[in-house]
Parts: sequence; structure tokens; C-alpha cells
Amino acid sequence: MTDQVIALAPEAVRNSDAVAGQWKLIWRRFCRHRLALAAGVVILLIYLVALFAEVLAPVSSQTYDSRYTYAPPQQLKIAGYDAAGQFYPLYVNGYSMKIDPIALNRNYSPDPAVLIPVGFFVKGEPYRLWGLFDLDRHLIGPTEPGKPFYLFGADRLGRDVFSRTVHGTRVSMSVGLIGVAISLVLGIILGGISGLYGGWVDDVIQRSIELINSIPTIPLWMGLAAAVPISADPVLVYLWITVILSLIGWTDLARVVRGRFLSLKTEDFVIAAGLDGCSRMRIIWRHMVPSFMSHIIASVTLAIPTMILAETALSFLGIGLRPPVVSWGVLLQEAQNILAVSSAPWLFLPGLAVIVTVLALNFLGDGLRDAADPYEY
Amino acid sequence: MAVSQTPRSPLLELKDLRMHFPIRKGAFRHVVGHVKAVDGVSLRVEDGETLGIVGESGCGKSTLARTVLRIYQPTSGEIRYRDRSGGTVDLAALSGPALDEIHRDLRMVFQDPQSSLNPRLPVIDIIGEVLSVNGIVKGRELEHRVADLMLSVGLRPEYMRRYPHAFSGGERQRIGIARALASNPRLVIADEAVSALDVSVQAQTINLLQDLQEQFGLTYLFVAHDLSVVRHISDNIAVMYVGRVVEKAPTELIFSRPLHPYTEALLSAVPIADPRLRRHGTRIRLAGEVADPAHPPPGCPFHPRCRYATELCRQELPVLRTITADGHAAACHHAESLSLNPFADRTVPEFN
Repeated sequence: MTDQVIALAPEAVRNSDAVAGQWKLIWRRFCRHRLALAAGVVILLIYLVALFAEVLAPVSSQTYDSRYTYAPPQQLKIAGYDAAGQFYPLYVNGYSMKIDPIALNRNYSPDPAVLIPVGFFVKGEPYRLWGLFDLDRHLIGPTEPGKPFYLFGADRLGRDVFSRTVHGTRVSMSVGLIGVAISLVLGIILGGISGLYGGWVDDVIQRSIELINSIPTIPLWMGLAAAVPISADPVLVYLWITVILSLIGWTDLARVVRGRFLSLKTEDFVIAAGLDGCSRMRIIWRHMVPSFMSHIIASVTLAIPTMILAETALSFLGIGLRPPVVSWGVLLQEAQNILAVSSAPWLFLPGLAVIVTVLALNFLGDGLRDAADPYEY
Repeated sequence: MAVSQTPRSPLLELKDLRMHFPIRKGAFRHVVGHVKAVDGVSLRVEDGETLGIVGESGCGKSTLARTVLRIYQPTSGEIRYRDRSGGTVDLAALSGPALDEIHRDLRMVFQDPQSSLNPRLPVIDIIGEVLSVNGIVKGRELEHRVADLMLSVGLRPEYMRRYPHAFSGGERQRIGIARALASNPRLVIADEAVSALDVSVQAQTINLLQDLQEQFGLTYLFVAHDLSVVRHISDNIAVMYVGRVVEKAPTELIFSRPLHPYTEALLSAVPIADPRLRRHGTRIRLAGEVADPAHPPPGCPFHPRCRYATELCRQELPVLRTITADGHAAACHHAESLSLNPFADRTVPEFN
């Protein structure tokens, strides 16, 4: 009886696999890749943060308080009593400030006597979500607006680094997405033409790609970024930077697409489709493109972190996005001076966001790439 | 059934067919030479017969099959095909819709069942593609037709929603055969159709092909490198060497009395399953490599490897000519004088 069960089980698996199409098989294989699955969840969460930045951040990215310049991060504490004996389920300690008589520095330390109650979905600064909804609730924040609440500490103007990191997520993540989208369109069109037509067209496109790739990237970015007028609207600068990044990023995708078309052109099933009387367009869209779409998706996932890092690098150098636009690179630019390293290391926390995102995207891309070939067993 | 005695033109006739691939080099891709994959092949394929084409790898047999199907545009020569109306068309000159129409009559079975089936499509779409693309049948009727085809090649029709990865190699080749049969073809070109299969599955597939030939009145152009397979299925055999046909004859004549030294060498390479027989014959070991089709040697392309080569062979290219009255043709200057026996006892030539 046990033998029967064992014998039946693979048959059941085989049957469900047998009628499973491409995407179903890819999904099944992807699910077996635990790390990639976890990374996928992280990426999903990060994009949700980008989408709901105003709701998640306690304050806006520009709110400042000169009383708390370079205030260190506060620790979120559970269940405590203040001097009057009142109970708080969730709170942070306030600051006690001392001025160093020699260096004239302000030194903050947590004041155990002062309890600032913290709540979820508290009323705070009003904002407009997606330019549509006027709201004033924040996921987390001090129940009394205006009280100091610095989970990631404060910067030189007393702005909340946590809120700024959350707001920066939107710009940094969308640069990756939009940049890769533009690269993808360019890459598919130029790579497709190159691979399908071959001959001198292929030569011209491939030599151009080599030329673009041979130019050192940072000077090229700097040159192009310098062409963006300094007085331009920050949103325009953002768009320009994205386009500049994708003008360089399309080359790799074009190569992938070209290579796929070249190898598929002589594949027997493509020739068979031609003999079946399929038109050129039908061969391309029904037989060739589905065969490499999964690879393209994996390549795209691996291209996004490159974009994010490029944007961060440009902004860090001061030639990318400029304040008041907040991206992770812009935030890291503020951590450029020696003071940040010695006395305000929390200014590097946005860098942590970059690392987590890039790692997660790479794991996700690897998992997708492995899952993309469900027929190779 | 009255058999028409009037001499008809053959179903397919190749006349001096050539397929030369240019070799391009340098930044400007100028042509520095040609690979003469098929170099002046003339063959006739009659209705209902099976013509086997044999030769070692790189002799141009697959290129010949693909050129006949116009996957390649031939360099020169004619591919004369007698269509259903009885008229003769030259496939080499056709293009566009006229060629698409011919492609329903001339179908191909590919060598590798792994790569010849689109892994992204279910079997019904693979087999039915030629029908739906050309608008022959649609919808429910298409399903019935595909089910019939699957039955006739020995597959279960309820598997038509499955994807190729769910089938074994032999089953996949059956799918490939069903696809070839879908448009009711007259001529099926099988390019190494069984080479990628296990020996036991090979036999099944060969028998299936023979049954189908009888059932649908098919004509086969059967390309293979395995002589025992070709012997089993073919009525006539053409032996190719470096882009040319060197010998053509009815199957039994090729095996009983080969007229070309290359055929003799090929036959002596066929493994004999009986160890007692093995002692009597010694294999002919061909020295050297197959001639480079880009730079074939002058004279007979086989002369550097031929044990009977003379000065004449080194200088003059022999043409394929009929040697005996029973239709045995060979391209050898000494076909009449040589007495070839692939299974003869002979001393082993020294290794060099």
C-alpha cells in the first residue's frame, strides 16, 4: 500500500506539470528558491514604502527643528511610567542638551525623565497623497505633534533622517524603474533590429554599443549632467538624470536581446514555424519573444540596482539630483563631511537602505534567472 | 485500380543543385571563399518511393534536405516538383505565398525532437500550427484533426494540452511526425529523423514511418548517416561525399555490389552483430579527414583517401554516370574495373 502511494505521487506531479504553461512553471521553480522569494517580498515592501511615503514618514522631508540639530537616534521603547506615574504603552525619551564649553558643541543625551508618547495613525502634518487625497494621519509618530521624534537621528538642520529616507525611497526606486523602462525599450528595439537583420545594421549597432561602453562612465555622466541647466525645475532635473542613466544602461539589454534573437533564428522550432507558413511577425511574437521574455525580466531585475547605484553615485558627487528633491544619494551627500563620520554616524543610515535594496534586487534577479528556464531538466 | 503507363515526370527532380555558402571575413565582410555544401546534385524521387541519402557528417546531406525545402536559397540549379495538378514547378524560383502553398505538400521531420518543438506551446498548437496559420481548419475541428493525427502516430489525444517537456524523446519525435503530416503532405523530408533516439525507439519510429507511408501514400526523402536504418526503409539510396552524389542505386544493389570505393568503406564500417562473422571481414579504415568543402582537392574529391586512386583520379573530376543496366550509377573513373567487397578479408592497412 505504501508502495502504491509512492508510485502514484510522481505521476500526480507529472500530470500537473505536463499541462502547466511557461509562467506557471517559472513561478513554481521560483517558489522553491527561498532566498529569492524573501528578497521579492522585501522589494515589494520597499516599493510599497515608495508608494505610501507620506503616510509612513512621521514628518515631511523638509520639516526642520533648529533645537535638535544632529540629535542622535531615539530608541523606541515599550511600556514605561513617567515621573507622575502615568503609563505609556509606546514612547521615546526626550533629549537633555548640554553645550560643551570648549568646543561649543551641543551634546544630546536621552532624558529618562521625559517620556514622549508614540502612537500609530496619529494626527500630524497635513499632506496630499498622490496629489489626490488630503490627509493628516501618519503610520507612526508622536501623539502630540511637534515633539522630537527622531528614529534615525537628525541632520544638520534638525530634519528627521528617517522621514527623509522614507521620502527618498520614492525617488531612488522610481529612478531605477523608469530608467530601466527606457533602457528596455531602447534595448529591445535596437537589439532586436541588430539580431534579426544582421549584416551591416548589426555591425553599426554593435560598434556603437562598444563605443558607448568604452567611455568612462563617471566623466560621461558628469558631462551630460552638467548640460542640465542649474536653474531647472528639480522634477525636470530628475527626469534628465533618469534619461542620462538609461542612455548608457540600454547597451547591456540590447546585447541580451540580440544574442537571443541570433541563437533563436537558427533554432529548429523557429525554422519549423517558418515552414508552417507563419508570417515574420508571428514567428517573432509567438515563437521567439516568449522564449526569451523570462530572461529579459531577469536581466531587467538585475539592471535596476545598477541604476539605483548610479543615481546614488551621481547625487553623492553633487551632480545628480539636487535638494529639495530627496533621494538616497542626496541624503548620503550630507554625510560627506568628516563631522558626519565622527559625531553623526546615523547620517549613513540611508546607505543601509541602498544596500538592502540592491542586495534584495540582486537575489531576486538571480532567482528569476534560475527559474526562467523551467524546461531544462 | 488502373495503373497509368504513361511516363510521368518524377515527383521531385533535382537538377545540378548547388548551395554555396559565402565565407565572409574582415570588418567589411567581404567574401573570401565559398563552402560548397551541395555542389551539383541531380536526383529523382518517384511517387511513393523512399530515397535514402547517406554520408558522413559534413557531406552536405542535411543542407541538401534544407535546400530542397527552400530554407536556404540555392545558389543555382533546379528543384522541379510535380504539383497536385500535374504541372511542374521549379521550387528554386518560387517565393512568398506560392512557396507557402508548396510547404503544405513538402514537410520536414527534424533531427532533434528537443529543439524542433517550441517548448512554450502545447502539443495542439505545435501540431495544428500549419492548419491554423493557413486557415485550413479552426476551433473544434482543429481539435478533432489534431486528435486524429496524434492517434495515427500512436500518441494519446488526451495529451494534446500538454507541453513538449512532458514527453519522452520518442514521443516528441512522434509529435514532430504528426506536425509534418498535419497538412496532408505528399513528400516528407526526414532529416536524421531517428538519429537522436535510442536504438529501441529508433526501430519503433522507423516502423511508424513505414506504416504512415503506406497509409497516406507518402514519398520520403530520408537523410541519415546510419546505413542499417537507411537499408531498412529505403527503396533507393544516394551516397554523398563532400557535396556530391557519388553513388546511387536501388538499396539491395548498393549493399550487395557497391561501385564506389567510398561506399565500400562506409559499408565495411557497419558493425556486425555476429562475432563469428566479425573475424572474416576487416574494416577499411579511411586515412585522413573528410575534404574541406571550402577547398575540395582537385580531381575526385575522394582520391586522397581512396586506396584505388590513380593519376586520372587526381586530375579529373568523375561525373555520376549509369554503370549497369539496372540503374546503378556511380561517380568513379574505375567503377567498371574495380571489384569491391566491403566484407572481404583483407590485411589491416598500417596506421599512419
